[in-house]
Amino acid sequence: MSDAKQNFKNRKPGMGKPAPGTTKRIFGYIMQYRWRVMAIVACILVGAAAQAGSALFLQSLIDTYILPMVGAKNPDWGPLLRAITLMGCLYLAGIVASWLWQWLIVTVEQGTLKKIRDDMFAHQQHLPIRYFDTNEHGDIMSRYTNDTDTLRQAISQSFPQMFASLISAIAAVISMLWLSVPITLFVLLFTVLLFFIVRVVVSRAGRYFVKQQQWLGDVNAFVEESVNGQKVIKVFNHEDATQDTFDKKNQELFEASAEANTWGNVTMPIVGNMGYMLYILLAIVGGAMALAGVGNFGLSGFGSLTLGTLISLLTLSRSFINPLGQVSMQLNMVMMALAGASRIFALMDEPVEQDGGTVTLVNVELGEDGRTMTEVDHETGHWAWKREAGDDGTRSLKAAEKLRGSAREVAIKAKEQAITSPDGRYTLLRGDVRFTNVTFGYNPDKPVLHDITWFAKPGQKVALVGATGAGKTTVTNLINRFYDIQEGQILYDGISVAGIRKPDLRRSLGIVLQDVNLFTGTVMDNIRYGRLNATDEECIEAAKLVNADSFIRMLPNGYQTVLAGDGSGLSQGQRQLISIARAAVADPPALILDEATSSIDTRTEEVVQAGMDALMKGRTVFVIAHRLSTVRNSDVIMVLDHGNIIERGSHDELIAQKGEYYQLYTGAVELE
Amino acid sequence: MSDTTDNVGENNIVATETAIEQSRKSAEPDRPKHVIRTLGKSMREYTKESWLAPLFVTIESVLEIVIPTVMAALIDQGITDGSMPAIVKFGLILLACSLISLACGFLAGKFAAIAAAGFAKNLRHDQFEKVQGFSFTNIDRFSTGSIITRLTTDVTNLQNAYAMMIRMGVRAPIMVVVAWIFSFRISPSISMVFLACIPILGLGLCGLAVLVHPVFERVFHTYDALNNVVDENLQGIRVVKSYNRESFEISKFDRISKRIFKDFTLAERIMSFNSPIMMFCIYGSMILISWMGAQQIVASGNNAAMGLTTGDLTALVTYAMQILMSMMMLSMIFVMFIISQASAERICQVLQEQSTVTDPANPVDRVADGSIEFDHVTFRYSDNSEKPVLDDIDLKIASGMTVGIVGGTGSAKSSLVQLVPRLYDVSAGTLKVGGRDVRDYDLEVLRDQVAMVLQKNVLFSGTIAENLRWGNPEATDEEIRHACQLAQADGFIQEFPDKYDTYIEQGGTNVSGGQRQRLCIARALLKKPKILILDDSTSAVDTKTDQLIRAAFHHEIPDTTKIIIAQRVASVQESDMILVMDEGRIMARGTHEELLATCDEYRSIYESQTKNTAEGQAEIEQAAAREAAAVRGAEQEGEAR
Repeated sequence: MSDAKQNFKNRKPGMGKPAPGTTKRIFGYIMQYRWRVMAIVACILVGAAAQAGSALFLQSLIDTYILPMVGAKNPDWGPLLRAITLMGCLYLAGIVASWLWQWLIVTVEQGTLKKIRDDMFAHQQHLPIRYFDTNEHGDIMSRYTNDTDTLRQAISQSFPQMFASLISAIAAVISMLWLSVPITLFVLLFTVLLFFIVRVVVSRAGRYFVKQQQWLGDVNAFVEESVNGQKVIKVFNHEDATQDTFDKKNQELFEASAEANTWGNVTMPIVGNMGYMLYILLAIVGGAMALAGVGNFGLSGFGSLTLGTLISLLTLSRSFINPLGQVSMQLNMVMMALAGASRIFALMDEPVEQDGGTVTLVNVELGEDGRTMTEVDHETGHWAWKREAGDDGTRSLKAAEKLRGSAREVAIKAKEQAITSPDGRYTLLRGDVRFTNVTFGYNPDKPVLHDITWFAKPGQKVALVGATGAGKTTVTNLINRFYDIQEGQILYDGISVAGIRKPDLRRSLGIVLQDVNLFTGTVMDNIRYGRLNATDEECIEAAKLVNADSFIRMLPNGYQTVLAGDGSGLSQGQRQLISIARAAVADPPALILDEATSSIDTRTEEVVQAGMDALMKGRTVFVIAHRLSTVRNSDVIMVLDHGNIIERGSHDELIAQKGEYYQLYTGAVELE
Repeated sequence: MSDTTDNVGENNIVATETAIEQSRKSAEPDRPKHVIRTLGKSMREYTKESWLAPLFVTIESVLEIVIPTVMAALIDQGITDGSMPAIVKFGLILLACSLISLACGFLAGKFAAIAAAGFAKNLRHDQFEKVQGFSFTNIDRFSTGSIITRLTTDVTNLQNAYAMMIRMGVRAPIMVVVAWIFSFRISPSISMVFLACIPILGLGLCGLAVLVHPVFERVFHTYDALNNVVDENLQGIRVVKSYNRESFEISKFDRISKRIFKDFTLAERIMSFNSPIMMFCIYGSMILISWMGAQQIVASGNNAAMGLTTGDLTALVTYAMQILMSMMMLSMIFVMFIISQASAERICQVLQEQSTVTDPANPVDRVADGSIEFDHVTFRYSDNSEKPVLDDIDLKIASGMTVGIVGGTGSAKSSLVQLVPRLYDVSAGTLKVGGRDVRDYDLEVLRDQVAMVLQKNVLFSGTIAENLRWGNPEATDEEIRHACQLAQADGFIQEFPDKYDTYIEQGGTNVSGGQRQRLCIARALLKKPKILILDDSTSAVDTKTDQLIRAAFHHEIPDTTKIIIAQRVASVQESDMILVMDEGRIMARGTHEELLATCDEYRSIYESQTKNTAEGQAEIEQAAAREAAAVRGAEQEGEAR
């Protein structure tokens, strides 16, 4: 399938290395459990000491305790018994220490994972819409599961194991230094060589692990997309083609995974067998030295290299290499964790939505004169924009002066028409929206809106109709700053939207979108999403208002029916009704209905409209629709064409005018 | 307004989450049987590697036992005796052994990686294939998030465990057994000490496994929930942001995250007893060996002929250490095994799930014509819901007919048509297409002949032409163009700079709603179906274009049965038959004129769309006039009689 191929090509992840600094950041998370980590380190040390003690005991067992008793008539078992008891205690300490750190590390490990997940999610909530529009959802999801999971084993097993092994290796090096400095240097030289070889292997593995995690994210994304789009796939018998695409991605994942794990798996044999080489070399070089009687010096003193010392050194070299083998065995887990973590941190490093706004939204009590406003903390039916101290409302004007075209005049006019308190701090929210010379493109090189100018009078129901490219939906994205404009200005009650704090701006504008998204939970929860402190009664009231009550009551558990899978059991129109009820319960100062009733039958729509009209009486409502019956009873209808208003007026006026609207309405010209 | 919820709200949320959990659980498939056998089927072409890896591991392990003896010989015969030739000789033997061991280690690592990754690949493939065959009932039983977890996270768990099993899982037991055999040869009585460990270990580990298994099951369940929450959050991010629900979402996520933390912590804490049990056994054995060894040596007077010697004891201790090491490794594998067990079962649930929509044994492979017959069809989305979605539908549609469907929101218009291509199966009654029960057809044959333009239009990333070829992979450029002309899409496509090669972004975001709908219609037309279903697919298309599309249908595909669901009466007005649906029933049927005359419901829908407009008014007047004329006619007829 050619489109499958295309898909496939586009998504191919590049080959990368884990981002530098990843390890440091992981440890940054781990170190929030500073005290626990210290306790764990102590326990590991105790465990290592117990192990060393037991090794010493076993060495001395025969010489010190057993041999003296051999041949004795009445052997005295006392010392041995005591030693064994002591040994038992040491072992017990070792067991307890080892259990303790494994118990303690669970919290560190799971706590770290939780913190990372939570941080990632919290960060995600503040990313700009653009990020979500341009990244595959399944790939983002993969970071919460597959990538976070890679850290689990690394933290709970690999890091402590590596630490313990390192301790043993260092102990072995010190012992070797004690016996012979030259031989130790020789061993260390060899270790450097070993290190370089391992580094080559490991960095190879690391690259493939990065690739593996990327492909895993890609597979995750594909599964998500195809499960969600299952209906289309079935209707077009496209199962085989989808399977093909999946298999290609799956194959890539397999190759990356096989390659990564191969290199991860072979480090252990390489280190282990290099250890044997070292042993042989030591035996030959050391043997030659010993036989030739070459001098030797260690921390213990000078002298010639004796055969006995050589034997000890050989044994020590084993206790040096073995832990290194253990370390290398953990390396693939660590490399995988780094690959996963760098994807996680990449998400966390995405720049968050910028919000330069300072103006906030407050409830006010309106004075007798209609201008004085007193800020209150309960709902009064009047909202006002509150500027921060030191802002007298001229900021938008100043900003407008820098812009070309009529921005300045519009800003002055808007400011005059806005109702602002005498001190200039409060401006009544009326829903006066003005676009001046706005240019915008999702991709800055390809503007969707060219230099558009239009405005909406406050308190009216304003309908936007018009052809594609008029950017009706884009307009909504710009008013509530899902995207920021590239040129021009958007004024909301005379204030530039860029100056309004995003949460307040969005609070002031209820938006109902054509694509309904419901959340897993009861119907009641979904309606209450609009206002979290709404009572059940208020939610039901809202549902009644938009004619959703009757069908909700027919559901198996009424308002308590659990909706799953984006409300899959409901019809498209019913889902739209719930989303309108959600907006109704939010009771927003202004409202945008973007094709919100497209799947609702016209008679139900009338009821919905009547309900919403009653709720939004005196407030600004923007209606965007293709269906002209939806916009018919608006106060003002604006016909947009390529970003300009070509007609403006009420339905009756426009029909009488027999212009573009009339033609649209009677089906005489093509809308798009 | 505050984002925080009070206590009552919090309780509500918890109650809801429990409710969600319960509804999930009741739908969940049963615990699978024959887990190993089911998973084993996915080994296939990687069976060879799965044998080769353990084989090389075995050689490697044997060498690991041989090498120390060579080392000992090197020391005893070479260094102790001060013989350089001996040192070189044993050094060379050692080198040879080590090279072989390296090669084996390399091959074992490679084969194990391939075997495990391949096994994982096949598991994903098999599951995806299975999911492709799932009906929507099946998918609802799992939830999207759960299917994703099962295909990725669970498979990865299994892959890691499997890789571990065929390398370390082979090596460790070999080392244990060989070390035990060696120790048995030295002293049968002392070697029995190790055997005594087995029941303790067995009992301890089994106990842990039993304790921890349900916890891990719960953990993965919560993973599904986490996936669902993230998925919904991503899809609904515009809703989240426009309602300023960021902190609400974060607290929702936190609760799930906390549950994972709690359960996983519990599980791993239980598992943390695993290695102490192992260590206890081994260290206990060490002490016993030391004590028993000492007694036996003293008894034998350190004489090999009489019994145990000090050399033997040293060897025994070495073997004990070797067993200890291997046991620790085994305990690591054990942990992975336990984690993967829950994953394995979850994968099996997918693999063993029976699709509720299946092909019949002897499928009919040709759809005779485009006739459709509903015979007392009743339909429910789930078996345990009381009220049926469609209630006793009786309907005959002749081949080539155009049928319009109108009706209120939630009147089951979409449900009705989704039965035709068997997206769902009827709950009772029969549905015939081309004179045969839809369940008799090969699914692919049926769906090839029934083209459906869905309400939720989906385009996939790729060029326009590529998207259209979903309808027919072999379509020529002319055919594509023709289909687009019929769907009134050719015009705007020609305006794009890249025409048919214009790239459609993921989800079709760079074309407008109306353009998307027309592309989807063209895509359906390319199938050249016997039945074409448009489920509210011209809602974003203006009246005029809508008319043109219908006119094109009328002239170009007269033999195709067309079912059109629409909100606009204008879209169905000219149909041969119009159905008015209400709450899962067909409340009226007939032509536009008939319905205007007889069906109040229909008339009020019609009027709601035409009132207040000059033209609409005129139409109503005309209709009224016609109606009056008809009545008059009837009266006259009556008088004539």
